Parts: sequence; structure tokens; C-alpha cells
Amino acid sequence: MKRKMLSLVLAGAMTAAMLTGCGSTAGTETGDASGENSETTATEETGETAEESTETSDSAQSESGDAVFKIGGIGPLTGGAAVYGIAAMNGSQIAVDEINAAGGINGMTVELNFQDDELDAEKSINAYNALKDWGAQVIDGCVTSACSIAVSDKTAQDQIFQITPSGSAVDCVANDNAFRICFSDPNQGIASAQYIGENGVASKVAVIYDSSDVYSSGIYEKFAEEAANQSFEIVAAGAFTADNKTDFSVQLQQAKDAGAELVFLPIYYTEASLILTQAADMGFDVDFFGCDGLDGILNVENFDTSLAEGVMLLTPFAADATDELTVNFVATYNEKYGETPNQFAADGYDTVYTIKAAAEQAGITADMSNEEICAALVEAMTQITVDGLTGDGITWDASGEPSKAPKAVMIRDGVYTAM
Amino acid sequence: MKKLSKTTKNNLITYGMVILAYIIVQILISTGHVSSLIQGLLVPFCTYVIVAVALNLTVGILGELSLGHAGFMCVGAFSSAVFSLAMKETLPGGLRFFLALLIGAAAAALVGFLVGIPVLRLRGDYLAIVTLAFGEIIKNIINALYLGVDSNGLHFSMKDALSLNMEEDGLMLIKGAQGVTGTPNDSNFTVGVILILVTLFIVLNFINSRTGRAVMSIRDNRIAAESVGINITKYKLIAFTISASLAGVAGVLYAHNLSTLNALPKNFGYNMSILILVFVVLGGIGNIRGSIIAAVLLTLLPEVLRGLSDFRMLIYSIVLIAMMIFNWSPNAIFFRKRLKQRFTGGKKAEKEA
Repeated sequence: MKRKMLSLVLAGAMTAAMLTGCGSTAGTETGDASGENSETTATEETGETAEESTETSDSAQSESGDAVFKIGGIGPLTGGAAVYGIAAMNGSQIAVDEINAAGGINGMTVELNFQDDELDAEKSINAYNALKDWGAQVIDGCVTSACSIAVSDKTAQDQIFQITPSGSAVDCVANDNAFRICFSDPNQGIASAQYIGENGVASKVAVIYDSSDVYSSGIYEKFAEEAANQSFEIVAAGAFTADNKTDFSVQLQQAKDAGAELVFLPIYYTEASLILTQAADMGFDVDFFGCDGLDGILNVENFDTSLAEGVMLLTPFAADATDELTVNFVATYNEKYGETPNQFAADGYDTVYTIKAAAEQAGITADMSNEEICAALVEAMTQITVDGLTGDGITWDASGEPSKAPKAVMIRDGVYTAM
Repeated sequence: MKKLSKTTKNNLITYGMVILAYIIVQILISTGHVSSLIQGLLVPFCTYVIVAVALNLTVGILGELSLGHAGFMCVGAFSSAVFSLAMKETLPGGLRFFLALLIGAAAAALVGFLVGIPVLRLRGDYLAIVTLAFGEIIKNIINALYLGVDSNGLHFSMKDALSLNMEEDGLMLIKGAQGVTGTPNDSNFTVGVILILVTLFIVLNFINSRTGRAVMSIRDNRIAAESVGINITKYKLIAFTISASLAGVAGVLYAHNLSTLNALPKNFGYNMSILILVFVVLGGIGNIRGSIIAAVLLTLLPEVLRGLSDFRMLIYSIVLIAMMIFNWSPNAIFFRKRLKQRFTGGKKAEKEA
């Protein structure tokens, strides 16, 4: 009898929870909707009065004077990859603040809502759905590749424009409505191989990469493919996995025995700092070459930065560059968030400005539906040129890939210097 | 009318609860009261309900601890995703998904069987240790696995994509750490609920069958069970294999809900196995209906808390602890009983007055 009571209570609790779950969201939804309604009516009213009072002014502009353009961001804000998501969010936020201070996009105020995906494709879909409920008109995300692929499938179904700041896997932009800011993995691998080959940096190259990481193995694959066409040969390829990334002596010994002159590191900076330290400990004097994942190596705690002297890397963004845009961005970021921005922050910043450029090119207005915005933006993306933090004169083709020149830098005296 | 037995009635309540929830959600969807967030969560609800019920069979009925159910999910997910991707053009959606379900369930069952053969012969908590290791091994193997198909047949490598030597027209099925991309989206809520009902049908009938009673007798007293001639290893293996194959079914549902499938620590690592165990423990060990409720509530919770932004995961864990105390602490149970007594007692007094 007791058990029955308990089960009834539990069943009741479940239905109640489901109802309240749905009810509360429905409630907030209607709340939002009514809020929006009142907002829009308010806008219309002020718009009308504005029109009536100042009939000489451009009517189209005053109509959208208080309109809102909603950008939904998705990235990991908690967990191990939170650094990337938070950086992209902060960078995007700075761009949004700047744009709003300068009068918004086509007179519309920009709003950014950044949702957590915990680096999980399934959760990123939830984040995307939450943003859809919020009324996002374009998606700035996801920060990581796997999530970006999962979400791009849904945005293609719903016809919502998506631009990922740093989703570098090939499939991230497989759909027509998806674009990206960063280099794709294959591009980085090919560019690195070409750079090493054409500049005669070395003739015997070893590679140490993370086989359990999409980014790392993606770059390695293309690097190895392109290396066949270049003047150097890959003498050793040592792989490690996410579960085993503290001791690299085996891979380094392998590279040393093969007589490598250069070690290519298509990995993130945390592991790279360990590799540099361990190479120095075993007296393996060799040059290192990396991709944009190495950006940040100078900020690793307890890492002797003198070991990073002479490391070469391809990166779209260097925080100590001296152009005005970068200097201003770094200063603002430092002031607001108390740290030096990394490339993810720069990618996030450029994403918002790219959306702005495309929206202005396409003449987006607040009353357009998501489908219309998407179609217009997709067309506009191939026509615009953006001068951003991560490259000058970035252009896009219909495939969604950006075209920009990779910058190779070398670490000298603890700072990046252009090569 | 024949009087229904207590277990039958109890089981009917469980089926009825699922069907009722399904009907309510469908009505709410058709009237437009469900946000996209909840709609997107419906298939994950089904996935986690199935895997929680499956694990409850191992933990509650068999009385063994398994920390590798995410690993069985992973096996089901990848085997079925590879099948669906390869057959994307050749088979129609419904049939393809049905076959994918069978393949996922069979693959997970086979792996569960193989893991079970040596381990279930032992006494003590060895199953927990071995399944924990198994989950991690599966994840790492899949991250190192490259599989492709072209006109010459299947290609397979553990090194990298280049060593597959595929033809130009070849299709990559598993790209190592990049996983499987482009799985058709065959899962939906209706299929999910049907699978929940099938799972419940299998598990509830199993529990009340001759085999199920034998399994429970092993759980309660191994020596007594042995003494009446029950083949301990055989019955344990049966229960564990069924549990693994149902977890595989959940994996199939998971894989066909997303267009990309990676074996990450987040979705198929041991954290996930622990999460499934949390569903079972919070819902009540051995209580199938409780598992369903706990799985739905705990999947819903972090999403409902999205409004709290940065504090979301913190609040989620606090709620978990609070729920655990409320459900299981002797003091809390006593407090609940007293509350209920006062409530029912109060009613009686009212009636009398």
C-alpha cells in the first residue's frame, strides 16, 4: 500500500514536473512574446510619432530605429574547453558593444546571447534550440568543430544563417548556409607543408600529433599528403591521445633517432609546452613549427618561455601586433576581462563584424523573417571583404571557406615577430 | 472480470505513464505550447530512459555494478551509424532504421556477452572494474579506427586515413577522432517512445519470468540459489547481455538523432556511465518506473536552468545532492513519512469532524 502511494506520488511528481517544465517554458515564452509585442508596438509607436514629428528624416531608418538584431552564440562555457568558448564570447561581446555604440547594424541594436554547449554535440543542439526560442536571427557558432557540424544540420533545416568563428573541420561549412572565419584544418596542414618546403626550413621533419583530436589529426593528414609534393620528407610521426598526454619522451626519442631537423606540432599549446620542456631536458636541440593551436604558449603557467625561443607558428592573430585594430582590441579586452585575448577572442570579434558587413551589404531589416535573412546573407557573404583582426581583406566563396593569407611568426625574445 | 495481480497492475501503471506522457506532449506540440528546446530534448529523453532502464536491469535485478553502459551505448551507436551511412542511398528510411536498431542491439549484446563470460564467473565488484575499463577501451579504439568503403569493398586501418588507400569514389565511414558524419536523422519522438515501451516490455516481463526470478535469487543469496541447482553464470550472462543490448538500442537512437558522432569523454566516457548510474540510483535501484522519472528529470534539469547562465552546472550539482539526500537519507525518509502521516491523519480527523 505504502509502495503504491509512493509510486503514485512519484508518477504525479513526474507529470507535474513535465507540465511545469513545459508550462514554465511556455510561460516564459508567452512572457517573452508579450514582452516582444509590447516592445515592438512601443517601437512602432515611437517610430510613428518620430515619423510624424520629423517627416523630413529618412522614414526607413526611423522605423527601425529601436529594432533589435539578435545574434545567438554557442560554445563551451564550462568544462575543459571553456577557455575557447569564453574567449569567443568575450570577443563577440566587445564587437557587439562597439557596433551598438556606433549606431548598430542598419540602425538596429545588436543583442548577443551566448549559450553553453559543454563541448557536447547533443548539448549544442539544446543550446541552439534555446536560442531559437529566444528568437535568434543568426547563429555565431559553434566554437568547436563537432558541435558546429551538429548545429549546422539544424540551421540548414530551419534556414538560419550560421557563421562559426573557429569550427575548423571541413564538414562545418558543408551546408550552404554555413560560413567560417578561421582556416580549415586541411588548409593549415597544406599551408604549413608549403611554407616549410618553399622556404627550405628543413629537409627531415618529424610530427607529433594528437590522434584523438579532430583538429590535430585533421591537420596532420593534409600535412602528410602535401609533404609528398614538397622538398622535405616526414621521417617520424608520433601520435598520442587525450588520455595520455603528459609524457612525450617516446615520441621525441623517435624523432631524435630519425635525425629530424624540425618537429611539426599541429597541437594545442598546453601539450606543446610539455614537449618543449621535455625536449630540452633530453638535450634534443631541434626547431619546432606549429599552427594556430600553439598561440598562447607564452602564457602557460610555470613554463620557461625561453624554451619557446625560435618556435615558428602559423597564426591568424598575434596579440602584440602593432596595427591599430589589434592594439585597440587588446586594450579593450584587457580592461574588460583582465587578460590578453587569444585567437578565439579575435575570431569571435571578427565573426560579429563579418555578420555586420554582410547584413549591411544585404540590407537586412528587422521585419525580415529568418529565411529571408539567411538567403540574403548567404548571397552577401560572397560579395563582402572584411579587414579583421585575423586577416586583411578576407573574402568568402560560396563554399563557406574564407580566403586569407596565413601569417607565419617566430618567437624571438619572448614576442611574436613576423618572418 | 478477472482480478489483475499486483505486479500486472503495477506494470500497467508504468506503461500507462509513458503513454500518457506521450499523449500529453503530442497534444501540447500540436497546440504549439512546447518550446523548441523541449522539442529538441524529446529524443534525448527517450535515449536516457532506455539506457537507465537497461542499467537498472544490471544494477537492480542482477545486483552487479556496471560502470560501462556508456561503452555499450557507444558500440550500438557506432555500429548502427556506420550501417546507416553505408546504406543511406540503397535502403528506404524506415527499413534502414529498423535494421540499424537490430544491428546496434546485436553488436552491443555480443560485446556484453564477451565481456561477461570471464567476469560474471567472479564474485565481488569485478564487473564494475572491468566494465569501467571496457568503456574507456572502446572509446579509444574508435578514436583510432579508420573505416572506409569503395568499389573494392571495405578498407580498415588503425593508423590514419591515408593508409586506407581508398579509390576516388570511396566513402569514409569512421574517420578516427573525427568520428562519423552525415548519419541520417531517423530518430524521432514517436520511435523513441515505441522503443521505450518495447524496452519496458522486455525488462518487466523478464523480471517476472522464471529466468528473472532465478536471477533475483542469485542477487539475494548466491549460495542458496546454487544449492537449488541454478546455473549462476548462465543466468547472470543472460541478464547482463539483455542489459547491454538495450543500452545498444539507446545508442542507436542517440546516433540517429545527431548528424555527427564522436566518441568523446563527454558523451561515451565514464562520466556518462556514472550519469546513467545516477539516474538509476536516484530513481531507486530495482525500481524501473523510478529510473524513467529520474532520467527525464535529470536530463531536463540542466536545460531548464539555462537562464542562470554561469551558475547552471553549480546549481545542477547542488540539486543532485539535495535530491539524493531527500530520497535516501534515513532522516529524510522519516521526515517524509511523518509528513504523509500528518497529511493522511489530518484528513481522517476532518472526516470524523
